[in-house]
Amino acid sequence: MNEAAASQDNGSDGIIRMIDVNKWFGEFHVLKNINLNVGAGERIVICGPSGSGKSTVIRCINRLEEHQRGRIIVDGVELTNDLKHIEQIRREVGMCFQHFNLFPHLTVLDNLCLAPQYVRKAPRAEAEETAMMYLERVKIPEQADKFPGQLSGGQQQRVAIARSLCMNPKIMLFDEPTSALDPEMIKEVLDTMIELAETGMTMLVVTHEMGFAKTVANRVIFMDGGEVIEVNEPNEFFDNPQHDRTQLFLSQILAH
Amino acid sequence: MTTAWQPSPSLPPPASTVGAVGWARSNLFSTWLSSVFTVVLSLVTVYFLWQILDWGIFSADLAGKDQSACDGDGACWVFVKDRFNFFIYGFYPDAEQWRVNVMFFLLAALIFPQFFENAPYKKALGWIFLTVYPVVSGVLLLGGAFGLEFVDTDKWGGLMLTLVLSYVGIVAALPIGILLALGRRSEMPVIRTICVAFIELWRGVPLISVLFMASVMLPLFLPEGTNFNKLLRALIGITMFQSAYMAEVVRGGLQAIPRGQYEAAAALGLGYWRSMWLVILPQALKLVIPGIVNTFIALFKDTTLVLIIGLFEVLGGVQSAIIDPAWQNVAAEGFFFAAFVYWIFCFGMSRYSQALERKLDTGHHR
Ligand SMILES: Nc1ncnc2c1ncn2[C@@H]1O[C@H](COP(=O)(O)OP(=O)(O)OP(=O)(O)O)[C@@H](O)[C@H]1O
Ligand SMILES: [Mg+2]
Repeated sequence: MNEAAASQDNGSDGIIRMIDVNKWFGEFHVLKNINLNVGAGERIVICGPSGSGKSTVIRCINRLEEHQRGRIIVDGVELTNDLKHIEQIRREVGMCFQHFNLFPHLTVLDNLCLAPQYVRKAPRAEAEETAMMYLERVKIPEQADKFPGQLSGGQQQRVAIARSLCMNPKIMLFDEPTSALDPEMIKEVLDTMIELAETGMTMLVVTHEMGFAKTVANRVIFMDGGEVIEVNEPNEFFDNPQHDRTQLFLSQILAH
Repeated sequence: MTTAWQPSPSLPPPASTVGAVGWARSNLFSTWLSSVFTVVLSLVTVYFLWQILDWGIFSADLAGKDQSACDGDGACWVFVKDRFNFFIYGFYPDAEQWRVNVMFFLLAALIFPQFFENAPYKKALGWIFLTVYPVVSGVLLLGGAFGLEFVDTDKWGGLMLTLVLSYVGIVAALPIGILLALGRRSEMPVIRTICVAFIELWRGVPLISVLFMASVMLPLFLPEGTNFNKLLRALIGITMFQSAYMAEVVRGGLQAIPRGQYEAAAALGLGYWRSMWLVILPQALKLVIPGIVNTFIALFKDTTLVLIIGLFEVLGGVQSAIIDPAWQNVAAEGFFFAAFVYWIFCFGMSRYSQALERKLDTGHHR
């Protein structure tokens, strides 16, 4: 069987497939035999204690981190060292970070237009049109000409979401999108994400916002020590956790 | 019943803290010790200022043609006036000096708009300055084409030579320095090693010995009879030397950019060069503008060192002119003039960098 055929696996069951994925940071085994199959349009929430490997899992999906063993197939393309495949996958996968990571030297509009213009080669006018559409969707079109440093945290995160959406991705990854925000801003970001979920976007969200998980998620994944401990649909997960570690974790985060 | 909350009115500050009097009171005469310092320092400053003005202007001589016009109790600017042509053009033939003037004029015309926020065609002029201008100037100064008489680089000198050396050094060192800085942070060991070796090699040697080696040692390695232009050798030496410094300044900026910026660019699908060009470098370079301009200023002043390989820029020109037996006791005037010329250009660069920093401030403070 040739290489191309192997990497063009047409993802018969799932837009993201992780098969026995293992990763080490030096000697440290961060991810242990992760198996995950995400269907198109599915919304998955990942939670677990700090250092359990949640970020690392989702960062492997767009190759911000490299896995050492196992296979990851995204939208039918396998992640290998082949830069072409990595770039192809990154065009289909958007990501939002805990600290937004907007480009501070560019205006909001330029932040949104950058990737469509230089990666998708869209003409400026078209890129701007798309950008304004998404800014409207996240309800801050009036901020288009400001610099990120002039916006509140919640607004910055919504800009970051809009920036990813401008690339028209099939999958969105969120790494604790609300944990750097003041309480009064969390809701505006979560509302944006809920609306996004309603459009049928495939979403993987690392978060401890249980309300969000209950409203939006199809499945909740609990990780600890680099392993997937428990996977369940949200109501079952919160009301009737199967594993001691899950119960302990839930009691800790629900305690306050 | 509830009363609506009203903000308390803002009051003006107490009179003693505003205005010239308030300022002087709080800054110059706040304690008796501070008052004593203020008075003593003012007297000393006034005394020296008076001495300098008296020497340089009130008792100075400007009219006349030679030494006899100077009475000796003030600056003899006649000397500077007499040798002015040499300080600016070196040995460039009189009849051809208009070509140098055109170069000066274009330089001023292209740079001037860069100091203003809303100058028209600012960006286009900037690019012309970096691309078209050096070619036009090169042809203009060297000649040998378009009916222009050939003027050998041996005849170049004075301010014109200073500007040629600095322009080439600055315009070539920045891009080479950026590439070296990126190379030094590369994940590819071969590239990284080459860049580190290059940077450390050039940084570890004084410019003066680079120039010596370029003029004395290089010919030893070249085949017999090759005549490798002296100016070109100096230019290459200076550029290599400055690139190494520039690389370290730029690397400092690159290190200050948080990892999240690289990751966000990558996650959007931007490849290495696009991430660098569109996201990382604009931020990194902005952070190190003061360091970059500092390097430029150092380079501008370091061009004086080409004196040791027999090229006469402004300072070299002054130095050779003051030992001319036709003039006595004019060293102070000559060096004052040279210092003034260097100061004007360096101060201009410094102001430009400040204007740039203000312009690029986007309200993002770490
Ligand atoms: N670049 C790295 N080099 C070495 N170790 C790392 C690196 N990144 C993460 N780790 C380690 O890997 C483990 C998992 O990290 P990860 O960021 O995936 O955890 P997390 O579940 O997202 O935690 P948190 O809730 O704190 O974000 C942690 O112990 C962390 O210290
Ligand atoms: Mg994390």
